Amino acid sequence: MGMTITEKILASHASEAVVKPGDLIFCKIDLVLSLDIGTASAIKNFEMMGASKVFDPEKVVMVNDHFVPAKDIQAAELSRKMRLFARDQKLRHYFEVGRSGICHLLLIEKGLVRPGQVVVGGDSHTCTAGALGAFAVGVGSSDLAASLALGENWFRVPETIRIEFKGKLPEWTSGKDLILLLLKELGIEGARYRALEFSGETTETLPMSDRITICNMAGETGAKNAVVEPDQITLDFLKQQGIDAIDIVKSDRDATYADVFEFEVDDLEPLVAVPSLPSNVKRVREVEGVRLDQVFIGSCTNGSLDDFRRAARLLKGRTVHESVRLIAIPGTPKILTQMIDEGIAKIFLEAGAVLGPCTCGPCLGGHMGVLAADEVALSTSNRNFVGRMGHPTSQLYLASPAVAAASAVLGRIADPRELEGAT
Amino acid sequence: MMRGSVIKYGDNIDTDVIIPARHLTLSDPEHLAAHCMEGLDPDFLKKRKPGDIIVAGNNFGCGSSREDAPVAIKSAGISCIIARSFARIFYRNAINIGLTILESPEAVDALREGDQVEVDPAAGTIRNLSRSETYRAAPFPAVIQKIIDDGGLIQFVRRRLSEKH
Repeated sequence: MGMTITEKILASHASEAVVKPGDLIFCKIDLVLSLDIGTASAIKNFEMMGASKVFDPEKVVMVNDHFVPAKDIQAAELSRKMRLFARDQKLRHYFEVGRSGICHLLLIEKGLVRPGQVVVGGDSHTCTAGALGAFAVGVGSSDLAASLALGENWFRVPETIRIEFKGKLPEWTSGKDLILLLLKELGIEGARYRALEFSGETTETLPMSDRITICNMAGETGAKNAVVEPDQITLDFLKQQGIDAIDIVKSDRDATYADVFEFEVDDLEPLVAVPSLPSNVKRVREVEGVRLDQVFIGSCTNGSLDDFRRAARLLKGRTVHESVRLIAIPGTPKILTQMIDEGIAKIFLEAGAVLGPCTCGPCLGGHMGVLAADEVALSTSNRNFVGRMGHPTSQLYLASPAVAAASAVLGRIADPRELEGAT
Repeated sequence: MMRGSVIKYGDNIDTDVIIPARHLTLSDPEHLAAHCMEGLDPDFLKKRKPGDIIVAGNNFGCGSSREDAPVAIKSAGISCIIARSFARIFYRNAINIGLTILESPEAVDALREGDQVEVDPAAGTIRNLSRSETYRAAPFPAVIQKIIDDGGLIQFVRRRLSEKH
């Protein structure tokens, strides 16, 4: 009996020839990711566990991205604890403000994620690393501490659901619309405890930025991990980072899947998740006209260079609507630099956007663009639960950078094709 | 064994309503408890009594990996959560910090707000004292039961580390 890519990665890290869904196994971990919120608690647990050294200082990554530059004294204390720990443990991969970015994008950009790895991170969107063909899962502070101490953790081998996208994506649709389409179909817990594996002709042509978006938001279906089978695009991406000679793990042809979903995307329209679940997905056309106070382009979901390029195509020569605040936050300093080099930063600034430092920004409602009572926002991020971006009565819509840019210009939720005069 | 009244919620109770991220700059359990459920039920802190039991539908704790969510609930005095199902990270986090959670669709269907309940996690039984009914909870897999028996992940790892040395 064949295995899926997820089963193969878990089996190899548990030194087993074969694993099957439902098995509880201890797995070696290749990379542990830890952030400014959560690390302080993990360190406390780490010490209470009686641990003194991390399992491997080369395999631990600590990133400042959530509440930095420190939003208040308490946030400053959280970063300080992480900084001192990283120094004390002589961690090779500690990312300080200025050299740091959104952890999930930074991990990939820095070449720290490789196909076939087991990655454990103290953030639910750690699943993003599946875009490169890794098994990547989010955990809480205790599991993070255990992973730092032991270099291994227990996992239940998940069943895999295969998702096949077929056809050519229409203009102004992107990976965000694909994952919203899947969320509409599967719902908020349709893949709970399961692995999502993306394949099919559409996926095979998607650039890494869209694969990142899809794997990032796959967690909103309840999935344990998400993975795109590594292919030539993966290898080319890794080559650009100077990484050659990678062993590729792929699913066996006779692997068993719990379910298979196929989507024809030739006629896909821009989609939007309406308050207050990421799975409340509608066509943009069904809600166009909803007035907006704020638009956010960025986050680990859509903070890649391609995302800002797409938004810039719509913003060029236009201005943000007078009643809207457009907040644009590139994922990493490298992305920001490229935005400057390509003239994209200028397009955003001339349109009237504010460009923020490379962080999570207002996505989680703590910093840099928190919403007041009853305000309405559209964001390219991943969650729109009650109070996610601020006051519990604020309303949050989720969509692609193209929809965000068009909506920022028009001051209301809008289909990019309206702005381009294509409808 | 734990005993308390039922506080009932629906499906998909997410971590943003259990404890909004803006409160996560402090991990002090008292601080987290003071903001527990503020996005969902502003009366929660007034109505909950020590030992009370949250009963909810599908996918409890979906969203973020923040361990502060089960910590907030536990520190607010809740002794146990019974749900039809739990989101996976919340499930691990709750076990790891020693908050009792049980999956029992049968109990969730039958229990009403205010019912008096007695829970025996080891036996997997949930007794409804208000209506003299008993429901079964799903047993835990062996590894998880070991963590529960150790009182949480910290002790579990302590033991594993000492075995390694």
